[in-house]
Amino acid sequence: MPTCLIVDDSKVIRMVAKKIVVELGFEPVEAADGQQALDACKNSLPDAVLLDWNMPVMDGIQFLIELRKLPGGTAPKVVFCTTENDLGHIQKAIESGADEYIMKPFDSEIVQAKFSQVGLL
Amino acid sequence: MSPEDFDFVSQLIKKRSGLVLTPEKGYLLESRLLPLARKQGLKSLEELIAILRSRPEEKLLHEVTDAMTTNESFFFRDTRPFDLFRDEVLPKLIESRQAKKRIRIWCAAASTGQEPYSLAMILNEQAAKLAGWQWEIVGTDISTEALTRAQSGMFTQFEVQRGLPIQLLVKYFKKMGDKWEFDPALRAKVKFKEFNLLGEIGALGNYDVIFCRNVLIYFDKETKGAVLAKMAKMLPDDGLLFLGGAETVLGITEQFKPIAGQRGIYAVVK
Ligand SMILES: C[S@@+](CC[C@H](N)C(=O)[O-])C[C@H]1O[C@@H](n2cnc3c(N)ncnc32)[C@H](O)[C@@H]1O
Repeated sequence: MPTCLIVDDSKVIRMVAKKIVVELGFEPVEAADGQQALDACKNSLPDAVLLDWNMPVMDGIQFLIELRKLPGGTAPKVVFCTTENDLGHIQKAIESGADEYIMKPFDSEIVQAKFSQVGLL
Repeated sequence: MSPEDFDFVSQLIKKRSGLVLTPEKGYLLESRLLPLARKQGLKSLEELIAILRSRPEEKLLHEVTDAMTTNESFFFRDTRPFDLFRDEVLPKLIESRQAKKRIRIWCAAASTGQEPYSLAMILNEQAAKLAGWQWEIVGTDISTEALTRAQSGMFTQFEVQRGLPIQLLVKYFKKMGDKWEFDPALRAKVKFKEFNLLGEIGALGNYDVIFCRNVLIYFDKETKGAVLAKMAKMLPDDGLLFLGGAETVLGITEQFKPIAGQRGIYAVVK
């Protein structure tokens, strides 16, 4: 079963996201900030990452930059999932190596659409 | 709503647009026509229906029909047909239309514009191959309201997240308040017109490809056949038709045949 790393400092959002990715056939792994996520990736690379932007300790962008430097770190499909919804942020995410971008609020339909766009489904 | 009223209104709508309303869809009639009745300053749906029966004006009839249309649409709906258009159909058109250097596409149920704008983005992305070419996309629909939205080029955050790859959002859209505006220069290349598929198609001109997606499903077999026959006539010998995922020509007309390996695309039979 493919894995999806859910990175968000909100427990509620992680729960919602978890339910959605499970329905899409992914095994969920959770992380509450970028550092936890990076540790998880060093341990085992996921197939997909659903990534929040603003988080304590390490934010989403920094995590993404570090992830892409890991051996094999370009393989996971990274989909930002954040309240930041202006072009500046989106552009920065793409430049930093994001594959797709979801603007919150999100629902299962949007996650499914984005996952299939990047070839995860 | 009484069964007689339902029959009356559903027949009126079918005659004007082809849309078939089955009795289970009775709630749709009520939920969509009540706001219209209120807007007219009427107290109830019954009052609206009484007017429709006795002294209907064209404008009101049009608004009633418009209110019963389903305008849901997504950018690059179902993905694959648009991939096929870009990778299979367009290269062949570029080859076969070398002499005239002209491509014309008709979106026959353009709704709020996502379909014609998706095609406009595809064509614009091929600008290098289409240098010196003229291309034209015409989007038509029966719904004035949907077309007004299409022409405005404004989409909600929700709409730009359904089917539109993020790279294309960044390239072709600007954020205006809480809406996203489609690139005005590219928007200007897409023409919108009100047009009823039950009407005379001849005046619309000639097209190489017709997108008629997710509208025939609302029609009965006879209406589907009539619309497809008119479309077959207007297409050139190598003309193509794109239908929606749940639509087919099988059992409806012999004037189109499916293309093997390219689901949703039909070749005209002349
Ligand atoms: C569900 S939308 C399809 C939009 C787009 N083609 C797509 O696939 O996403 C169906 C559209 O068909 C239009 N329609 C219904 N009856 C029509 C008719 N008789 N003539 C022209 N358009 C019609 C409706 O107004 C509506 O905008």
